[in-house]
Amino acid sequence: MANNASFHMPLVPARPGEAPDFSYVRLSPAGAVRKPPIDVPVPYTADLAEELVRVLDDRHQAVGPWDPGLAPAELQRGLRYMLLTRIFDDRMQRTQRQGRITFYVRSFGEEAVSVAAGMALAADDMLFPSYRNQGLFIARDMPLVEMMCQLLSNSRDMCRGRQLPVMYHSKARRIFSISGNLATQFPQAVGWAMASAIKGEPHIASSWLGEGSTAEADFHHALLFAKVYRAPVILNVVNNQWAISTFQGFAGGEQKSFAARGPGAGIAGIRVDGNDFLAVHAVMSWAAARAREGHGPTLVEHVTYRAGAHSTSDDPSRYRPKDDYEHWPLGDPVMRLKQHLVALGAWSEDQHIALTAELEAHVAAQWKEAVSYGTLQQGPSLDPALMFDDVYKERTPRLEKQAQQLHEERAIHMRNKAGAP
Amino acid sequence: MNDVSDAAKQTGIEQMNVKQMNMVQALNSAMNIAMERDPRVVVLGEDVGYFGGVFRVTEGLQKKYGTHRVIDTPIAEGGIVGASIGMAANGLRPVAEIQFADYIYPAYDQIVSELARLRYRSAGEFPAPVTVRTPCGGGIRGGQTHSQSPEVLFAHVCGIKVVMPSTPYDAKGLLLASIEDDDPVIFFEPKRIYNGPFDGDPDKPAIGWNAHPGGQVPEGYYTVPIGKANVVRQGAALSIVTYGTMVHVCLAAASDLGLDAEVVDVRSIAPLDIDTLATSVSKTGRCLIVHEATGFAGFGAELSASIQEECFWDLEAPILRVAGWDTPYPHAFEWDYFPGKTRVKLALEKLMRAA
Repeated sequence: MANNASFHMPLVPARPGEAPDFSYVRLSPAGAVRKPPIDVPVPYTADLAEELVRVLDDRHQAVGPWDPGLAPAELQRGLRYMLLTRIFDDRMQRTQRQGRITFYVRSFGEEAVSVAAGMALAADDMLFPSYRNQGLFIARDMPLVEMMCQLLSNSRDMCRGRQLPVMYHSKARRIFSISGNLATQFPQAVGWAMASAIKGEPHIASSWLGEGSTAEADFHHALLFAKVYRAPVILNVVNNQWAISTFQGFAGGEQKSFAARGPGAGIAGIRVDGNDFLAVHAVMSWAAARAREGHGPTLVEHVTYRAGAHSTSDDPSRYRPKDDYEHWPLGDPVMRLKQHLVALGAWSEDQHIALTAELEAHVAAQWKEAVSYGTLQQGPSLDPALMFDDVYKERTPRLEKQAQQLHEERAIHMRNKAGAP
Repeated sequence: MNDVSDAAKQTGIEQMNVKQMNMVQALNSAMNIAMERDPRVVVLGEDVGYFGGVFRVTEGLQKKYGTHRVIDTPIAEGGIVGASIGMAANGLRPVAEIQFADYIYPAYDQIVSELARLRYRSAGEFPAPVTVRTPCGGGIRGGQTHSQSPEVLFAHVCGIKVVMPSTPYDAKGLLLASIEDDDPVIFFEPKRIYNGPFDGDPDKPAIGWNAHPGGQVPEGYYTVPIGKANVVRQGAALSIVTYGTMVHVCLAAASDLGLDAEVVDVRSIAPLDIDTLATSVSKTGRCLIVHEATGFAGFGAELSASIQEECFWDLEAPILRVAGWDTPYPHAFEWDYFPGKTRVKLALEKLMRAA
C-alpha cells in the first residue's frame, strides 16, 4: 500500500531577512470583474468570490462596471475620513508610546475597508465591528474626543473604565460594543438582522472580523444562520494577511479565498480590493441593496494588508520582512484615492497638505480636550464604585455589600497614604 | 409546605382559575402568556417549532404565533445564543432552548464572554435580555451526555441570573419573571420532575403532579420573583438547603427518618437569597446541602461557605454536603451515582449525631 501522505504546513511567503513575495495574491485587472444584478443566485457568485473586484486602475482612473460613480465631493469626504483615521491612529500610537494610554491598535493600511463601508451603508444600519474598525466610528462622525476618553479610561469614558482601549461602542451611531473575544460579533450581527426581518424593518446589519478569526466556530454559525434565515446582513472578512504572527494560510487561505466560504455555505461571496475605496464602496452598496431587497446575505472578503503591528504589544519585524508593505501589490488606500481625485482634477497637492495640517490640528485639539477629562494616572477619575454598576440592571445585595467593602478599603488606603496612624 | 393558596395570596391572584399542570405544561403556559402579552418575545431552538420540542415544552406555540416567532434552528448552540444576543440588541426578547444542558458548552463563550457582560462593557447601552432554557439533571437513563447539572458553571459568571424550579407552580412563575427580566437568565429545568415529583426511588411507580400542591397552577399571568428562596417545609431540627429534583428527595428522606427538618428550596442560584438560607440555619443550628451535580467545587461549596460566614456561631455541627460523585454520570450505574434517599439519610443521621 502506498504511503505518500506527508504532513503539510502552510507556506509563509517571506520571513525576516527574505525578499517580500506576494505572488500568492491572486489579482484581477481593474474593471475586469463583472457586476451581476443584486438578485444573482448564490451559485453564480462563485467566480466573484475568487476574482478581485477593483475599480481604480494603474493610471488612477475609475473603470469598469463596479465604478460607484461617486461625486467628487463624496470622494473628498472619503479621503478626509481615511486621512483622519490615519492621523488619529498615529497620534494615539504615540500617546501609547509615551505611556499615556495602555494599549492601541492602528488600522494603518486598512482605512478604506471601514471608511468606505461606513459611507456606503445607511445611517440606521447596525454595525458590529471588530477592534480594527475605528474607521466606522469616524465615518459616522463620532467625535474623536469620545473615542479618546475611552482610550484614557477617564471620567468621560463611555465604557466607565471597564474595557481595554479601542473597545468602543455607540448606541446613538448604531455601532455595537466591541468584544475582545474574536468572531463573537458575527452571529450577533446575524441575529440582529434576523430580528430586523422578523419586525419587517428595512435596516440591515453588517459585521467585520479578520481572516484569522474565520477559524472560530462563531464564523461558521454566522454563515449558517445567515443562510438558513436569509438574514439581511453583510459579513465581512478583512483579510489583512496576518493574525498577529500567524499567516493567513493557517486560517485556511491557501489556494482558496475566504470569500469562497460564502458560496460554500450557501450565501453570496465576493472578493474585493480592500485598498480601493471605490471598489469597497461599490461592493458594500451592492451587498446592502441585495440584503435590503430580500435577496439575502453576502460574505465580502476585503483583501488588504496590515501595514503596521497587530497592536502596540506586537513587533512584526520578528516574523515578516521589514519592507513587506512596500511591496504589497494593492498599495496604500489613502494615496490611491488621493491620486484618483488628483487625476479627476478635484484635488491638489496643496489641498492635501492643507487637509493634513487641519486634521492634525483637529486631533491635537481633541486630545487636549480629552486629557482635560483625566487620564489613567491623573484625575478627574471615575468613581471605582462604578465597577459594581451594570453587572445587572440593579445592584444585588451582595454587590452593594462589596461596594461598601471597597469604600472602606479605599478609606484605609487613603489614610495610610496620607501617613496617618 | 408553602401551598399554592399562600403563594396566590402573596401575588394577589386568588381570583385566577387554577389548573392541574405538570412542569412541561406550566412552562408551556408561561411562554404562551409571555408571547401573548409581549410581541417582542420569540422562542428559538432545536426542534422547538413544528415539533414542539423533544420534551414538548414548546408544543403548539408555533402554530399559534407563527414561524417568525417560534423558530426552529440548526444544531448550533453557539449560533442559537449568538443570534439571540443580536435579536435582543434589536429589541426582541428571545427565549432560547438548549435541548439538554449537556449541549450548552458550545454556547459557553457566547454566554460567558458576551451575554453576561454586554450590559457591563457597554455601560448599559447594550443590555441583552435573553432567557436560555435548558433541561438538566439525570435519572432518565440519559448517560453522561443527557444527565448533567452544570448550574455552577453559570453561577460563577457575573452578569447572568441562574434559576432552577422544583415545582410546576414555580416553573411557570419563574419563567415569566425570567423572560421579563432585563438581565439574561439561564433557566434550568430539572427534567426528572417534568412529569411528577420524584422521591429518589426509581423502583416505585411514578407519580404525577396531580397530588402535589405545586402542581396546582394558575392559568393566567403571575410571577415568582428571581432572587428569593422558598421554605418548602418548616422544621426545627435541621435545615436542608437544596434545589431542583433534590427538593423532593430531601423531603422524602427527612420524612422517612421522622426528622423535623426545615427544607429550603434555593430556587434562585444567582442572585442567591442568603438571608432566607441563613435565617433557617441560624434557627436550626444544623445544615445539610444537597445537589445532584458533582460535589467537588459544586454550588454546594458556595452555599456552605456563605452559610458558614453568616451562621458560624449558631452552628452545632459542621455543614455537610451530599452530591453526585466526582465522576461523569454513568449510564449503567445511574442510581448509584444519583444522590438518592440512602445517601441523604446517611448524611442526615451523621448531622444529627454530631455534637
